[in-house]
Amino acid sequence: MRLTDRAKEVSVKQMTFAEQIYLPAIAIGLGVTLKHFFKKKATIQYPEVQRPVSPVFRGLHVLKRDEQGRERCTACGLCAVSCPAEAISMIAAERQKGEENLYREEKYAVVYEINMLRCIFCGFCEEACPKEAIYLQSDKMAPPFYSRDEVIYGKDRLLESKVKTRPTEGPKRKLTASDRYIDPVYPGYTPNLKK
Amino acid sequence: MDLDILSVKAIIILVIFGISLGIATYSTWLERRFAAYLQDRQGPNRAGPFGLLQPLADALKLFTKEDFIPAGANKWLFILGPCLAMLTALMSSAVIPFGDTFKVGSKFIAVQGMEVNIGVLYSFGVVSLGVYGIMIGGWASNNKFALLGAVRAASQNISYELAMGLSIVALLMSSGSLDIGLIVREQHGMNWNVFYQPLAAIIFITCAFAECNRTPFDLPESENELVGGYHTEYGSMKLGLYLFSEYVNMFVASALMSALFFGGFNYPGMDWVASMVPHNLATAIGIAVMFGKTAFFILFFMWVRWTIPRFRYDQLMVLGWKSLIPLALANIVITGVVLLIKDLYL
Repeated sequence: MRLTDRAKEVSVKQMTFAEQIYLPAIAIGLGVTLKHFFKKKATIQYPEVQRPVSPVFRGLHVLKRDEQGRERCTACGLCAVSCPAEAISMIAAERQKGEENLYREEKYAVVYEINMLRCIFCGFCEEACPKEAIYLQSDKMAPPFYSRDEVIYGKDRLLESKVKTRPTEGPKRKLTASDRYIDPVYPGYTPNLKK
Repeated sequence: MDLDILSVKAIIILVIFGISLGIATYSTWLERRFAAYLQDRQGPNRAGPFGLLQPLADALKLFTKEDFIPAGANKWLFILGPCLAMLTALMSSAVIPFGDTFKVGSKFIAVQGMEVNIGVLYSFGVVSLGVYGIMIGGWASNNKFALLGAVRAASQNISYELAMGLSIVALLMSSGSLDIGLIVREQHGMNWNVFYQPLAAIIFITCAFAECNRTPFDLPESENELVGGYHTEYGSMKLGLYLFSEYVNMFVASALMSALFFGGFNYPGMDWVASMVPHNLATAIGIAVMFGKTAFFILFFMWVRWTIPRFRYDQLMVLGWKSLIPLALANIVITGVVLLIKDLYL
């Protein structure tokens, strides 16, 4: 039974003289490679040109704030539970009086850490979150790192900036240092971005 | 007076030396870019404009690496190998005429390192010495892959030198001289030897590929069989010298090809150009033509490298001994007959 029509009959015929001296075949081969010389290159010049990603692409995490700039996360721990890679850990604390402008709920995360080496960017944390606090951004990827202490992302790097600086452009936008929220508690800390 | 000629020659030799090094340097860049373009890629384009600083970055990388000598290696021969490879590669460009003559005052100075009447013989002698660099390096490494690569290199070079020499014999019969400068001048205008000796030209080009250890004959360093071939144990700038000497060899082979078969600094319409412009300018145009041809052949080397896969070792030997040598011998006979007929009846 023939499954495809691509089957070829094997022939053991003697090579002709033209085939035996190789040179015509070599000339044809040189023509083939020369054709490729003028073809459009498949390479995408990465940092300058980025290939478009889908709007549902799961990139770097962000901890969202609400309309009044308060942190949405209530440290319920559902994201940490749902995380198959066990990349998320957090320490919860009670909101004190006078902090109502900082935190939306009575409980909040003092420490919220995602280990980007463990994270598999499955987006389960996003699905599990009842407060719409954590999202995986489609326009930003986790940048490369050079040492292990850069891998664990704390709130300083995850939290959305209070000032709305992020324009909702297409996904081709480049990553800049101003895209990152810099915590006033750690003023010396600068996000390690490749210059 | 003699001292004057000596200093002029010294300048010419230095310039040729520098040019062959510079061309070899940028051949590495060209090879990578050209290979990338043939494979629908971009190639190194980050270091400087179009990646032009890439050779410098490569050299810097090789210089800063540890200069390692394996414990079981023969230390002096291990160092001698790459030195010899580089030395012989650089020596052979001395007899190649890159241009006609420059007129300084009332004297004519040939653009050629040495004007010897046995130029072809000299270049063949030096090129055949080149295999010692590979052989010594491969043997001194005390590594079986390196030794296998060296043995392959030695037998391949000897086999193809025969066919190469025989193909040149036919050329020498028709030109009647061993002086490369004279051979080039005989190809005035469009009288290139390739039209009179096409078979010799094809055999010579094929053998030049084998002599330079370039694909499809790069068996001495076939990386998927012999790790790295004769330079398996080499690192740092010693490896750099080996790789670099390959590119210098390629340049010399290309220059020889264009000088012996493709007219050297001759081009159609050169008489008209010579009558229009001063002598020195005409010579400069000739030099540019010569380097254009050489550049084309360097590009051809690379083009073939990324087109034809490597020969199997027995196929290599069959091609060398059973095809090229008989063909070259037949070519000699045909050339002799034609010359005789020409002498007797024309």
